[in-house]
Amino acid sequence: MGNVIRLETPLSEGDARALRVGDVVYLTGTIYQIRLGGHLKALECAEKGERPPFDLEGSVIYHAFSSIARTDAGWKLNYIGATTSALLNKYEPPLIRGFKIRGIVGKGGMDRATLEAMREIGCVYLAQVGGASALYTSRVKGVHAAYWEELGAEKVFALRVEDFGPLHVGMDAHGNSLYENVSSAVKSKLPEIYKALKIVV
Amino acid sequence: MPIPEELIKDTASKLYERALKELPGDVLEALQRAHERETNAIAKGILSAIVENSKMAKERDLLICQDTCIPAYWVRIGTRAVLEGDPIKAIGEGSRRATQRIPLIPHCVHPLTRANTGTNVGIHVPVLHIDLLPGADYVELVAMPIGSGSETAPSALRIFSYADPIWAVKKFVLDTVVEAGGKPCPPIIVGVGMGTSFDYVGWLAKMAAFRPLNMRNPDPEVGRMEEELLNAINGTGIGPMGMGGDTTALAVNIEIGHTHTTEMPVAVKLLCWAARRASARIYSDGGVEYLVGDGIWGT
Repeated sequence: MGNVIRLETPLSEGDARALRVGDVVYLTGTIYQIRLGGHLKALECAEKGERPPFDLEGSVIYHAFSSIARTDAGWKLNYIGATTSALLNKYEPPLIRGFKIRGIVGKGGMDRATLEAMREIGCVYLAQVGGASALYTSRVKGVHAAYWEELGAEKVFALRVEDFGPLHVGMDAHGNSLYENVSSAVKSKLPEIYKALKIVV
Repeated sequence: MPIPEELIKDTASKLYERALKELPGDVLEALQRAHERETNAIAKGILSAIVENSKMAKERDLLICQDTCIPAYWVRIGTRAVLEGDPIKAIGEGSRRATQRIPLIPHCVHPLTRANTGTNVGIHVPVLHIDLLPGADYVELVAMPIGSGSETAPSALRIFSYADPIWAVKKFVLDTVVEAGGKPCPPIIVGVGMGTSFDYVGWLAKMAAFRPLNMRNPDPEVGRMEEELLNAINGTGIGPMGMGGDTTALAVNIEIGHTHTTEMPVAVKLLCWAARRASARIYSDGGVEYLVGDGIWGT
């Protein structure tokens, strides 16, 4: 296994570039839950030369589904977990380039174009263990604020996290993707497995 | 005395909640064994986190996974049981209550307009599979909520012909798992239905996916195929979350039915590691027994 590294947000380019696929990261600080609607809105800002109402520059974003309720005492997190990152493949490279995103927390990995943007800017993909909501919910210590509330379920939340992890570096800032490595290893093993099952191809 | 509608509502509600918060013992044990055996360091770390998460959910009354599914139940009605009112509506009401009480974000939407019903209940939701229990004076309910990660992974259904060799069926199962990769949140349970017909084979695959992991199909021929496919799938090295490792599937469970001479219907249902189910028996005297052990898949 790679190294176990505890990092505080925001991350520097050096922080991101020091990580390698297989490293395990625990994050403390602020991460932004940002879904499809938030990506579109942030890109619209970038196009118009406007600044989003929160500090996306150098931030760590979180592809998440959550239940966060508005209470008299502010926002209260009920539960949270990573969603499938591949759904955002199309919008991630311009977001990484436009805002110098340093970390993306999600599940399942992202495509080659995103990997290239990560290499260029200095950003890493941090894989949450999919479905493990109890574990990751317990590491979110509060919800600072919500932004772009007009987006409804797609609004952005700033989350205060402590030792948020384990997050496995699935794609690093040097062009390495664990998902691509595994996928090609699986392909190379298939002929032998087919043979064992007497599959004719 | 008939089984009161209120008791069905209450039991359906509790089972949905229990399924979402308490991983069945056989699934947790299989995950723990996989964690002990795993030789890939990242995979071992992921399995360790999954085990910790599942224990934490039960101890602290938290959800195992943030995808709380649309509600679904297997309903087995004893032919000597008498039920008050509308049991189908009662199960829906139970799901609605659990959604409101926990509280859950409701996921039930119209297939075209995508309008959310707001209650987690809608047309044919809860998804019910209803069977009869000859001679019994009780009703059995098994909550088997359907999450989206493993449902869209993709699961697959194909009607093979009798001219197709059996290896084509094995290839179909294996290729479905490989194509899905990390998407269904491995380690997965591979449920396979074989035989019957287009409509029923999907249910067989789902029933297989939820069957306890320590039960092999009693037909030795089928049991052997379960083992053979499990070894093949774990030989791919897809691993937990598709990040590599020895543990891609916890089990391959196959359920069969006879079929037409010219056909071989096959369905493959990939279920994520968070294989959530909970079951109970409701007796005519008003007693409710929450089931443990293998009896209709107690937890």
